[in-house]
Amino acid sequence: MIQITTRSADETLELGEKIGARLIAGDLILLFGDLGAGKTCLTQGICQGVGLEKEAYIRSPTFTLINEYHAKIPIFHVDLYRLEEEAEIINLGLEEIIYSPAVTIIEWSEKLKSEKNSNEFKYGIQDRLEIHISSKNETLREFTLLPVNLSPREPSLFPLL
Amino acid sequence: MLVLGLETSCDDTAAAVLQDGKKLLSNIINDQTRVHSRFGGIVPELAGRSHVDQVQKVIRQSLESAQVELSQIDLIAVTVGPGLIGSLLVGVNAAKGISYGLGIPLVGVNHLEGHLLAIFLQNQIEFPFISLVVSGGHTDLYRVDNFGQYKNLGRTRDDAAGESFDKVAKMLGQKYPGGPIIEKLAKDGDPGSHQFPRAYLEKGSLDFSFSGLKTSVKTYINKKQNENGGNSTINDIAAGFQEAVVEVLSKKIITACVKEGLNRVVVTGGVAANGALRKAVASECEKAGFKSWFPDPVFCTDNAAMIACAGYHKFKSSPESEADLLDLDATASLYLD
Repeated sequence: MIQITTRSADETLELGEKIGARLIAGDLILLFGDLGAGKTCLTQGICQGVGLEKEAYIRSPTFTLINEYHAKIPIFHVDLYRLEEEAEIINLGLEEIIYSPAVTIIEWSEKLKSEKNSNEFKYGIQDRLEIHISSKNETLREFTLLPVNLSPREPSLFPLL
Repeated sequence: MLVLGLETSCDDTAAAVLQDGKKLLSNIINDQTRVHSRFGGIVPELAGRSHVDQVQKVIRQSLESAQVELSQIDLIAVTVGPGLIGSLLVGVNAAKGISYGLGIPLVGVNHLEGHLLAIFLQNQIEFPFISLVVSGGHTDLYRVDNFGQYKNLGRTRDDAAGESFDKVAKMLGQKYPGGPIIEKLAKDGDPGSHQFPRAYLEKGSLDFSFSGLKTSVKTYINKKQNENGGNSTINDIAAGFQEAVVEVLSKKIITACVKEGLNRVVVTGGVAANGALRKAVASECEKAGFKSWFPDPVFCTDNAAMIACAGYHKFKSSPESEADLLDLDATASLYLD
């Protein structure tokens, strides 16, 4: 587990880029954090790090639920904010996406927990990178990165230089 | 010419029958929000399965209410994207089935093109014009030169305007959908009680950004709760937030007109039902000597009449746009230009 603090949206983007550059096909990123924490902003950085061109519009999928981007590895950007019932999440076809050879980034992953304070997730989710974001004030953000069973890669995820 | 329009790109299942591009014979929207709120406000059922349950019923209702038989339909128009793939596929395949079974030509329509042309259900306005499509999922500025000729001038870089309305409503402890609630709260609020930031981005940019505003409202509410300070009420916050969104949207419309040398404006999409936005755009346009149009609220939110309308004009202006039944498919990310 590692903790990183950013002081602006630009620093959050930079952090995302560093993470994105180390991702490989099949990776699942679970994002946790309140409204305005910077989940979409971090995702924009991650997508650029994966190789999506800077001009691509990476927008909040709150309404569209799933945005798909075409970088050298396909990226699924999912947002569970509007979904309340398990049936809705299943209908979304989430399992298909999670187990596809793409990078999948899920905002509001709180909704995937099998129970509220549990560390277990639904849909057989095991291998993942959890990123918990907390807002300290209007611009200060603390990121806690927790990789669980991530497949080995070169360069490795940490240290994030 | 009778056109059957079908729209299943997001939450609503919708079908409409339109005669000659402007005479609307029926417009059926199965709005899950409304259906559920009768039973205590459950969140809308979202994905494909509910469309499967609804699509046949909605098509039948649209024909019955238009008093036409399916065999009298001359053209089918269906939304092919952008949207949720599982939802889009239901409409596309229903349309393909009818088209194949009865030999009726079929055209695929971009959902955004539907919004851009919704105004033609009411007014046959002149080209070219500037159009803002503003909804839960979109905040896009277009230059519209003719049917089928659209140029994107700007779009949101993060949250859509409608999404920020919903999220701020939630922060204020209100329900979904947030747009009408914020508008109502704002009526009794003082927008000047707290000045929220306006994101105009780089000078002259026609892009939008509403994520910073959302965060700023969140920080302000937290601060108020922690310090027990600030005199702003829920109504004041709603009013201040709404004013910030409306001001940026209306100013950027004017900037777009000046840049493109145009003087006609259409505002469309779900958020275009917001009274404060309509008033602000109308007044900014009047000041600048521009003309502005707004589709009726029922044509602003997702509906199949606009899809039928767009399909009619697409087919009429280029009959070769008729879809190849085997090739037509839904596309989750679909752009207009």
